[in-house]
Amino acid sequence: MIEAVGLTKRFGAKTAVDQLSFQVRPGHVTGFLGPNGSGKSTTMRMILGLDRPTSGHVTINGMPFRDLPNAQRNVGALLDAKAVHGGRRARTHLLSIAQLSGIPEKRVDEVLGVVGLQDVARQRAKGFSLGMGQRLGIATALLGDPKVLLFDEPVNGLDPEGILWVRNLMKQLAAEGRTVFVSSHLMSEMALTADHLIVIGRGRLLADMGTQEFITRNSAGFARVRAAGTGPDGRNTLGTALTKAGGRVLQEPDGALRVTGLELPVISDVAHEAGVRLWELSPHRASLEEAYMRMTQSSVEYTSSEDPRAELWEPEPLTVPEWEDGPAAPEVPRTGFFAPPPPGAGGAPFLMPSDPGKLASAAGNTSPNQPEESR
Amino acid sequence: MTGLPTTGPMTSGGSSTSAPASGGSTPGGTTTNAAEKAGYSSPLPSPRPHLGHALASEWTKMTSVRSTMWTLSLLVATVVGIGLLLIANTNNEDYDRIPFTTPAIFGLLIGQLSVMVLGVLTMTSEHGTGLIRTTFTAAPERHRVLTAKYIVFSLTAFLVTAASVFVVTLAATIVHSGAGAGRHGSSEWTGALLGSLYVTLLGVLALALGALLRHAAGAIATMIGVVTLPPVIGAVLNIWEAGKSAGETLLQYNAPVALMQLFGLTSNDGGLNAVPGDTAQMTLVLLVTGTAVAASYVVVGRRDI
Repeated sequence: MIEAVGLTKRFGAKTAVDQLSFQVRPGHVTGFLGPNGSGKSTTMRMILGLDRPTSGHVTINGMPFRDLPNAQRNVGALLDAKAVHGGRRARTHLLSIAQLSGIPEKRVDEVLGVVGLQDVARQRAKGFSLGMGQRLGIATALLGDPKVLLFDEPVNGLDPEGILWVRNLMKQLAAEGRTVFVSSHLMSEMALTADHLIVIGRGRLLADMGTQEFITRNSAGFARVRAAGTGPDGRNTLGTALTKAGGRVLQEPDGALRVTGLELPVISDVAHEAGVRLWELSPHRASLEEAYMRMTQSSVEYTSSEDPRAELWEPEPLTVPEWEDGPAAPEVPRTGFFAPPPPGAGGAPFLMPSDPGKLASAAGNTSPNQPEESR
Repeated sequence: MTGLPTTGPMTSGGSSTSAPASGGSTPGGTTTNAAEKAGYSSPLPSPRPHLGHALASEWTKMTSVRSTMWTLSLLVATVVGIGLLLIANTNNEDYDRIPFTTPAIFGLLIGQLSVMVLGVLTMTSEHGTGLIRTTFTAAPERHRVLTAKYIVFSLTAFLVTAASVFVVTLAATIVHSGAGAGRHGSSEWTGALLGSLYVTLLGVLALALGALLRHAAGAIATMIGVVTLPPVIGAVLNIWEAGKSAGETLLQYNAPVALMQLFGLTSNDGGLNAVPGDTAQMTLVLLVTGTAVAASYVVVGRRDI
């Protein structure tokens, strides 16, 4: 159990972590998300007693990290895979860390086996690839067989097999009743690994909830419906009927319809009543990535001048108000993976606010003007 | 899940992200409640870590990198190499006025740089690679680690230095103790041991500087300055009447002069009037090194890394 209360860290005028309070519970993989520079690593360093909080405190199983009787046996951490002396052999590196806490030497060989480095145990760490470095870092974290594990970007540089291995390892460690706290930028990976998420932006807590709940609350799903036949007739009939039924209908370039605001059975019923056969009726769940992007867009510190998020701000170009002439309707970009926003209250089309801050204030859990203040 | 989410992405976000309040929501994990309640308990022993553990760790660290081997071989090579060369090119009569430890001093004046470099690297190699975070995460009692570093380094440096000096002195004694060599007492050996201790303390000072500065190049440059600049500055100050007394002091109290004096060289030649005693020189280096070591404990204990 990791518990942070009012954790704050300032570097000069810049506030890296701002009044952060959260709990990481045992038995779950807790994901730690946030844009670059949002304070993830600083938070992890404060948990590990490497940085002193400006105010607030963080405890591990009720005790500050530096007061733990045998820190390595209680907490294992991977902060930086390159934090190894390149001239030292992998096994010696692990041995020197193990000896610090009186961990028996056979445990070193054990963890080397766990991470699959037994064959290169006697090679110097300098020659290790990024992936091997990550494995060595994970081995270091596992040395003390600790109850609490922190991993900062553990899958960086790993191949797909390695990523799968890390995912299973995290889940297994959590299933053994340990506290597992993982930060990552790879949303798809987090969606598969973590069952709880803590999201921060600009050092502030944005969300602390289950992964599924996070996706549901912060993103839009839609249904793709395709009327039978290639002509516009069926499509138009269906579109009109669905709009009347309270759904919001947009047209995709290939003739399929994106419907939001109606459950799949309702869409089927409406189509049946309108006498339209369907070739496709498929649910599309939003990804964690989309949910995350929407949640953190106002908290991103470093953005490219060509921001792919810009399309989120465009007023809805896909609306098809009339069903007389389908081909005239503007097309949905094929490559975009962002779902159109669902209708707001009262069936009126929901338009993204043009000012990111306004949206953040609606999304944030704190008072409306905080994202600007924290800057 | 076939249902479409009917809530908007952001419109309902205001209420959905009341984070700490929603913390109680059950994550969709596969874990059983039992595992969560019991927590994880490990079969490994969990002793309270003490200095001995840290000493073992530091010894492993020191013996497992090549820079240790290189710097120490360089030390041995310069002291023994130059020493044997001098022994070969002197005769018994030369040792009438100088102690048998003399051949070792010239190599040691160069070799002390190796000791300093090793001292600096003992600390900065951890900072340079980021290993220090791993170390201090595994052992948050930072003073325990720092103490182990000081102990392991100073013992290693002292033993290697003293052994090199011993080899040279022994060789000089064996080769040149014949007729005409004069009388030689055990005080020469004590002086050589004190000299080795002096060099070790310079190395400890280097380690402390490494801990304070965290950069190998900066700390090594500082140490070279500490050792080589005082004689130069003293000589420069001596030119002016106003700086004469300060210059004299600097010329008497600096590392190379102190080392030669401890080896029993300067006390005999009378070149400097009112030569300070061995005790004064040792006190000075102990004070400087002690201050740096104390500062390193304070800084390392509090610093964010």
